[in-house]
Amino acid sequence: MTSTDADSLILRGGEPLKRSLARALFRQKMRALLLIAPLLAFIVLGFLLPIGTMLFRSVENAVVEETLPLTVAALADWDIDSTELPPESTYRALVADLQVAIENRSALTLARRMNFETAGFTTMLRRAQRELPSWNLDTDGPFRDRMIDQHRDWGAVETWRALKAYSGSLTTGYYLAAMDYTMVSGHVAPMPDNQSLHQMLFWRTAWMSGVICGLALLLGYPIAYLLANVRERNANLLMILVLLPFWTSLLVRTSSWKVLLQDQGVINQLLVWSGVISDANRLAMVNNKFGVIIAMTHILLPFMILPLYSVMKTIPPTYVRAAKSLGANDWTAFWRVYFPQTVPGIGAGAILVFIMAVGYYITPELVGGPSGMFISNRIAHQWYVSGNWGLVGALGTILLLAVLVLYWVYDKVVGIDNVKLG
Amino acid sequence: MALPSYASPLQRVWHYTFRVLCGLIFFFLIFPILVIVPLSFNAQDFFTFTREMLALDPAGFSLKHYRDFFTNPDWQLATRNSLTIAPVATLLSVSLGTLAAIGLSQSHVPFRRAIMAILISPMIVPLIISAAGMYFFFSAIGLQGTFWGVVLAHAILGIPFVIITVTATLVGFDRSLTRAAASMGAGPLRTFWKVQLPLILPGVISGGLFAFITSFDEVVVVIFVGSAAQQTLPWQMFIGLREQISPTILAVATLMVALSILLLATLEMLRRRNERLRGLTPA
Repeated sequence: MTSTDADSLILRGGEPLKRSLARALFRQKMRALLLIAPLLAFIVLGFLLPIGTMLFRSVENAVVEETLPLTVAALADWDIDSTELPPESTYRALVADLQVAIENRSALTLARRMNFETAGFTTMLRRAQRELPSWNLDTDGPFRDRMIDQHRDWGAVETWRALKAYSGSLTTGYYLAAMDYTMVSGHVAPMPDNQSLHQMLFWRTAWMSGVICGLALLLGYPIAYLLANVRERNANLLMILVLLPFWTSLLVRTSSWKVLLQDQGVINQLLVWSGVISDANRLAMVNNKFGVIIAMTHILLPFMILPLYSVMKTIPPTYVRAAKSLGANDWTAFWRVYFPQTVPGIGAGAILVFIMAVGYYITPELVGGPSGMFISNRIAHQWYVSGNWGLVGALGTILLLAVLVLYWVYDKVVGIDNVKLG
Repeated sequence: MALPSYASPLQRVWHYTFRVLCGLIFFFLIFPILVIVPLSFNAQDFFTFTREMLALDPAGFSLKHYRDFFTNPDWQLATRNSLTIAPVATLLSVSLGTLAAIGLSQSHVPFRRAIMAILISPMIVPLIISAAGMYFFFSAIGLQGTFWGVVLAHAILGIPFVIITVTATLVGFDRSLTRAAASMGAGPLRTFWKVQLPLILPGVISGGLFAFITSFDEVVVVIFVGSAAQQTLPWQMFIGLREQISPTILAVATLMVALSILLLATLEMLRRRNERLRGLTPA
């Protein structure tokens, strides 16, 4: 039936067929959406929104403006490159602001925030907290000298530059810190070497994930090939050897690697016993990069094997046979005919393993030690030890962006609806 | 992949080398899991085989680590928590996930790809980011440090697995069956319970097993969203491995391996049943 036919057809009730069909389709769509809606709402509210707000903390910077409104206003005309201290009126505004802040206990929040940028702010504000409440704004001036008397850093241009640099309600400061940059005198400058860690950690996370991915491919490819080419019965049995690790708890596998690789562990014991190494030279295999790479390759290997296997399973054996009958030797037949057909599987497995590896936390935490730490461990450290939530947000955003790009590539290569599990 | 009788010596060598290589890789896959089983019966507090164990002397073996696990209140609390949180979280993700998967498998769904991407995202986002985000959100609504907070968080993490397995099962679902049921007067609910659900049940169950193991094995999110009262088994293991590593962990690990063997066997049985049923229906 062509569209013109449908246009001209009228149902018995007087309604055109086209409109009736459209209404039925609309109802069908709505029914489908209605079924999806509860879950979608749950994920959006309970997952996407929380992550979004957490990541927003990486640019949020209301605290300086909220605690020191008068000072921020007074600093508006002060040039950040100026080598002179702000005028007395600014100091007066600062004292007024701080008195209010001490009263409603927001001074320490400010101290914590500014301390991420310039160390020493907490001390300055603690002293202010002791003395300022007794000062009278109208009679006790001038305040510039009194403040500098209290702590000499109030007389340092740097302090004011930092305050001015972070007086906006949004900041790029956390992203600068996440990329190992900092504000010096209100200008972006690289972090001193002893404090710059993040670039190195991002880089380490990437290359170690790459190595893990490569190793998993190297070990997974032969296994997938074997599984796809032996008799069904045997394949099912061998598949259990792949699926058992897949279903075993991550903690169990990590702890067994920790036990195996330890100084006094099974592998070292075996090597000493067989005389390969002496008792004094036991190999250091845990709490370093080696331990992380071995354990994570083991843990992620099934995620490489399963997609490879599902692709290899669909390759007809006749192609290789045809190549051989046309004179190709075993290697040429494999490399020119079989291997190219497995590339989609390699892509799927490799991206999946890489995505999972870059976000890993547990295994590097338990077998990595300081030299095997990933970026996730740094994020957790910033969370627990420093409570620097802005930096957590900034590091998290960068990591998440990287993962989302990979997710997008995965969707292009494999299609999200084609993900298979076991 | 049998070796043909006309194979050259080189082909023979390669054939057996390849098998040996594969054997070694399988050994790498399985050995770390199996090795903890005998180690967990160690009579000493060591993480390696003692001389007595290697000599198979009964004095070298004991159940003391298991005794510790079953009597230590910390481990008991952790076991109870794990066994209450995981089933509730699974139930939640399976019921919502199955509904959504049925919706997604209809023929005309607007924004299907985008919705799918959102629903699968909890599997992709690094756990530490999910954990930090959920911490703030659950604190804000007063669920941080509560049983229900952890359950909701774990349900979210389990949903992608349910969606993936159930949509995969629905691809092979014959839609004319529901139409037939409807034409004979069954309402949508009756059609679902009596016709559709029994047919897609294997997919729903395996999705549920995935969701269960996700919750049962999860550490990062529970540390952030839960409090000491919600300490689960993996959490307790994590602390044990990081601080004072005690051999009780090996006993727990062995029990968890037994659990995963059980889950795997269930799954394998479902798969076999499914294959048998498929073999019966004419292609």
